Amino acid sequence: MTSDGTETRPAVSTAPPDIPTGRSRKVRGRPLLYTSYAQDMALLDTRAKRVWTGLLVLLAFALSVLLQDRSLEVLAGAYVLAIGAIGLNIVTGYAGQVSLGHAFFVAIGAYTAAALSGPPGGENLGYGLAELWIWLPAAGLVAAAAGVLVAPLATRLRGLYLAVVTLGLVFLGEHIFKEWQELTGGPGVGREAAIPQLFGVRLDQDGPFGTKEQVLYTLMLTLLIVFALAARNLARSRIGRAFAAIRDRDIAAAVIGVPLTRYKVLAFGISSFYAGCAGGLLYTISGYVEPTSFNLLLSVQFIAMVLIGGVATVSGAIAGALFISLLQPVTRSLPALVPFISGDTTLTPNVFQVETVLYGLLIVLFLIFEPRGLFGLWIRVRNYWKSWPFSY
Amino acid sequence: MKALLESVIRGLGNGSVYALLALGFVIIYKSTRVISFAQPALMLAGAVAVSYLAGVTGFYPAVLLSALLIAGVALVIERVAIRPMVGRPVFVVAIITLGIDVVLRVIVNAFIGRDVRQVGDPWGFTQVSLGPLVVQSRWLAMLLVTAVLVALLFAFFRYTRYGLAMRAAAFDQEIALAQGVSVGAVFALSWGLAGFLAAVAGMFVGTGQGIEQMTWVIALKALPAIIVGGLDSLGGAVAGGLVVGVVESLFQSYQGEFAPWLGQNFAVVSPYVVMLIVLLVRPYGLFGTREVERV
Repeated sequence: MTSDGTETRPAVSTAPPDIPTGRSRKVRGRPLLYTSYAQDMALLDTRAKRVWTGLLVLLAFALSVLLQDRSLEVLAGAYVLAIGAIGLNIVTGYAGQVSLGHAFFVAIGAYTAAALSGPPGGENLGYGLAELWIWLPAAGLVAAAAGVLVAPLATRLRGLYLAVVTLGLVFLGEHIFKEWQELTGGPGVGREAAIPQLFGVRLDQDGPFGTKEQVLYTLMLTLLIVFALAARNLARSRIGRAFAAIRDRDIAAAVIGVPLTRYKVLAFGISSFYAGCAGGLLYTISGYVEPTSFNLLLSVQFIAMVLIGGVATVSGAIAGALFISLLQPVTRSLPALVPFISGDTTLTPNVFQVETVLYGLLIVLFLIFEPRGLFGLWIRVRNYWKSWPFSY
Repeated sequence: MKALLESVIRGLGNGSVYALLALGFVIIYKSTRVISFAQPALMLAGAVAVSYLAGVTGFYPAVLLSALLIAGVALVIERVAIRPMVGRPVFVVAIITLGIDVVLRVIVNAFIGRDVRQVGDPWGFTQVSLGPLVVQSRWLAMLLVTAVLVALLFAFFRYTRYGLAMRAAAFDQEIALAQGVSVGAVFALSWGLAGFLAAVAGMFVGTGQGIEQMTWVIALKALPAIIVGGLDSLGGAVAGGLVVGVVESLFQSYQGEFAPWLGQNFAVVSPYVVMLIVLLVRPYGLFGTREVERV
């Protein structure tokens, strides 16, 4: 900038000399001093985060031998749902495009995976490609393709129009999957889900690496870490910044040079990829998939995970998925503790009613009192202790 | 030709129920800029209230009482869960209504039980002849009651103080506030009206076949109706509701004959297909106002 306010462009664009780039230098005794952009944008930017995240991951892996198979099964399911929730968070949290159609993309992934890995010539469509590394990316890619097909609508619509249209998608999808019985087995009948097999080893059977639940748990945890890291990296990249700009004000984003159509399509594509992968994996645990399970309630559950966990945070989505998944076993154990709640579906109040009411109430209460969700609660607690004893 | 006309009349009858629900959605949308996903639960609650009260007070008083009761429920919801959220992103409020819907439906389902409940309507499946056409009397009742309610509603918006206040608030909340309109009262009134309409619609949904736990899905058909008509157009809601009803009825009558490859029960999802097609051509619906965006 010269004194009269006109900008003179340097011939070669170099960084200003006072901001060091490249490898940053560490200042002893001042761990929170950032001296470079890369340091500021690091995934784990403080030592506490590095240590505790490492310990958490270790603990999560250790749980596979510490917990009983029943709990491992629940947790493995929760990790898969977390992958789906991260996907929804990319389109709804980061890019701000409200989607109630997540269940549709999950369904596409589930059936792509099931059809690819199913036995050929059986009752349902099957191609006999049971290798995980074939059907998992395929499930994601087919769902992503569907997402990209839907996205042109998203670029024309905004806000609640989009929400209603994606809701319509769930109903259309439900109809298609009910009717396409060769693929899905039809309502009430269903079909066998994708078979997880890695280099010839069936992962859904007790084997040399442990019981079925232990192996699946470890697999889901590993995949969750991969997907979560990818999402974190996406969020802090150029694409992630473009998403955030579109979310905050799409016209302003267009004015500063973000191509809206391209990035909205990209957001739907990536989100649907995550949904498809989650769909492929989700039913490997129970081994069975039924077309009516991909209804509006599943979409609402994903929304609940994102909102309860924390909008536009990856760790929040994981926390939300764990929270929602663990709600079920907790409410199932209620009849033993609270005598007036029954485990019988014909009586009122029963556990299923309590569970559904809790979903709804938790969404409402979190949105009213802590819009940032569980992640926001954690930030509050952390900031309190960070500045303790001067926490005011 | 006779079958076609009968099918259209059935569509207009069912469509007028969707129109009542759609009006509720649009009234709430116009005053608060939020789509209330709680409408299905309110509709179901209205039908259940009628089914319980009809035995006590007789059918017609029961309808009026239930509609007022549900309007009261809607007022409470608005005051407790929606009013604190004024100024927050509309998406957040919409999801709150979704949560309320889930909670309310569980409570209502407990009153329905596992079987079909009859609402105690005088029409049932009885048929009347209109010249050469034979149609069910309940479809005519739906059309008639909806026509009266719509006329009353439009007169209310056109000629009364409160109607004017609601139109002003829908036009611009801050300017309305500056002119002395109580925007809070407008919010409450819009939720009350929507609850009232939803309860009447619920009663009609329950005529003939009765209500069960899955009946709430019918209310979601008002969503394609409001999108087709345009989110912020009252006339569009009525038109959209009728269009959706007629399209659905025609698919029900003729799809099995002409397009069996679409699968059974395609009529149920046909409103959504219509919605997608309309949106591809007109992103703001048939009568909706194009949003002017400023940075």
